[in-house]
Amino acid sequence: MLKIENLQASIGEKQILKGINLEVKPGEVHAIMGPNGSGKSTLASVLAGREDYDVTGGSVLFEGKDLLELAPEERAAEGIFLAFQYPVEIPGVSTTNFLKTALNEIRKYQGQESLDAVSFLKRMKEKMKLVNIDQSLLSRSLNEGFSGGEKKRNEVFQMAMLEPKLGILDETDSGLDIDALRIVAEGVNTLRDGERSFIVVTHYQRLLDYIVPDFVHVLYKGRIVKSGTKELALELEEKGYDWIKAEVDALV
Amino acid sequence: MTTPIDFKAQLIAEFQLNETRLNGESRSSLHQRRRLALSRFEQLGFPTIRHEEWKYSNVKNLVSQEFNITPSAEISHEDLTSLEIPNLAGNILYFINGQYQPQLSTIVSPADEVEILTFTEGYKKYPALVEEHFAKYADDLNDAFTALNTAFAQYGAFIHVTKGKVVETPIILRFISDARTENVAVQLRNLVIVEEHASVKVAESFRTIGDFSSFTNTVTEAFLGKEANYDHYKVQDESEKAFHIGTTQVHHSDKALSYDTTVTLNGGWVRNNLNLVMGGEYVEAHLTGLYLPNGKQHIDNHTLVDHAMPNSYSNELYKGIMFDKSTGVFNGKIFVREDAQKTNAYQSCKNVLASPDATMNTKPQLEIYADDVKCSHGTTTGQMDEEALFYLQSRGIPKDKGRALLMLAFAEDVVEKIKIPAIREYLESAIAKKVGEV
Ligand SMILES: Nc1ncnc2c1ncn2[C@@H]1O[C@H](COP(=O)(O)OP(=O)(O)OP(=O)(O)O)[C@@H](O)[C@H]1O
Ligand SMILES: [Mg+2]
Repeated sequence: MLKIENLQASIGEKQILKGINLEVKPGEVHAIMGPNGSGKSTLASVLAGREDYDVTGGSVLFEGKDLLELAPEERAAEGIFLAFQYPVEIPGVSTTNFLKTALNEIRKYQGQESLDAVSFLKRMKEKMKLVNIDQSLLSRSLNEGFSGGEKKRNEVFQMAMLEPKLGILDETDSGLDIDALRIVAEGVNTLRDGERSFIVVTHYQRLLDYIVPDFVHVLYKGRIVKSGTKELALELEEKGYDWIKAEVDALV
Repeated sequence: MTTPIDFKAQLIAEFQLNETRLNGESRSSLHQRRRLALSRFEQLGFPTIRHEEWKYSNVKNLVSQEFNITPSAEISHEDLTSLEIPNLAGNILYFINGQYQPQLSTIVSPADEVEILTFTEGYKKYPALVEEHFAKYADDLNDAFTALNTAFAQYGAFIHVTKGKVVETPIILRFISDARTENVAVQLRNLVIVEEHASVKVAESFRTIGDFSSFTNTVTEAFLGKEANYDHYKVQDESEKAFHIGTTQVHHSDKALSYDTTVTLNGGWVRNNLNLVMGGEYVEAHLTGLYLPNGKQHIDNHTLVDHAMPNSYSNELYKGIMFDKSTGVFNGKIFVREDAQKTNAYQSCKNVLASPDATMNTKPQLEIYADDVKCSHGTTTGQMDEEALFYLQSRGIPKDKGRALLMLAFAEDVVEKIKIPAIREYLESAIAKKVGEV
């Protein structure tokens, strides 16, 4: 589904991604962990198409298509969804309205008819239940004045609404209380249907107790320096990153 | 060799010619007031950019044009179809090149609630009332265009809301410049008197038809009695060749409440003055504005909130989206006089430059002479929020559409203040069209 080869990206003069290799197959969940500033959000942003970053080398194929050639909205329509680490506040645009526009733009791209009001509302209701989100929140301006947890829940709600092929969750667990964490994780698990894939960026093992990953990768200084299964996450939880940093830095 | 016509001389000559036709009326105190205004206009002359208030708005192109200053008004219903505002209902008055068109107009509110007349009729019927208020608020001592307007006061509306009456049906004044056959110049003068405990909504809509130039010089004076409520909307959608200079003057008595909203969709060269003088205590005033110039349009909003008395509140929000090579000016003055303790005054002006070639000049001007006051002001001028745009794109919304969506949301803060649904809907669709197309 997603094939990243030797991906390099920089911002201004600063190189942040220094050759990422990662393959995600349908239905898989990949967790990406790593110290602050290692490039996790950068990787997520580059995949979603943020223009601030210059891709200086490598390739990304999504379902056989050259992802790097596509505009952000085309990537979304092809089935990539990024749940932001820091969701943006957009005054004056309600979540409901915005999602209706987004959904219909994606359907248009895919050559489908617009969703009629009744079907849209039905889908809204269904997905609201999934992440236990309130109607009143959705009629307010998008993310404006939302608590940290509400913003994250809204991201997952949007993902549920747009039904992407690949969901990239960038620290969706941070800022969530225990109950919200469980709800959000269960929401994600419901979306795991054997076809849909996820890249889950997190600092915490506890999320991975709920969303059990197929693979765990450690990103450090712009490279994936270690990959393993869910046991790697447990090891990291126990030992921290120092041993990995030492291994990597010794090689340089 | 033909000497270039002098607009000022042309106007003064017309005044004198007109005077000879007045017969007995020339001795009326209204006309004496006009005369005084004319002499002030003569003395002031048109402002130049050396004048502080006109620094960024040059009237040179306006005063060097030739206009018919007494244009005729011949128009049919069909000519107006393109200017229709869907579902508009209420008291609707049409003025073509200043002249009232009873055959196109509808007045539904009963006269014991509100008298809606032309300015001239108003003076005939209520001379004392007009004399009490006319030219008492708008400043013709320092402002040449107000002086000129006062000298030519004749066309426009007279609105008198009876004490204690709540007029639910809005009053919509539609001013249309017909520039289909020649350059036209029109002076419009409206007088609105809202008596104690009365309430009214007045909208002024400015449109043009035709490819020639038009010049509208308009002054609306409003007197608000004690605890009066006044909603006033000014909606401008004029041609690239339209010049518009307008002053909205509001005088508040104790506990009066006013909402002024000015929306400029289009206009070649526009200067709006909104002046509020709080002549009473516990006044509440809201001022909102929105301008969306494109091409080479120039839109200048000058506002003045004069807190002359204690315990009043004013809140001002102006927003602009600047396209292409347009230019904009916002100048917001707040005076808090020595006596005006416990004043709360807030001002904010936010602008989005949708093009690198657009410019916006903002100048907040606070002069505070009292010590126990709460005042704040802020202006921002910047590009579109790229983070927000990326967020929308990442959800599948194409960049252009995302940009339009953000602009609409930005504008909505102002548009939502308009309590006449048909006008609000008309604006929403006109703005959607404009931000989507440009
Ligand atoms: N817009 C930017 N301008 C300059 N530097 C940037 C920018 N965005 C990211 N960086 C830098 O790139 C590096 C990687 O940042 P990134 O946000 O990808 O880290 P991260 O792994 O997501 O960290 P965290 O765990 O703290 O979220 C950091 O050193 C960061 O300062
Ligand atoms: Mg990050």
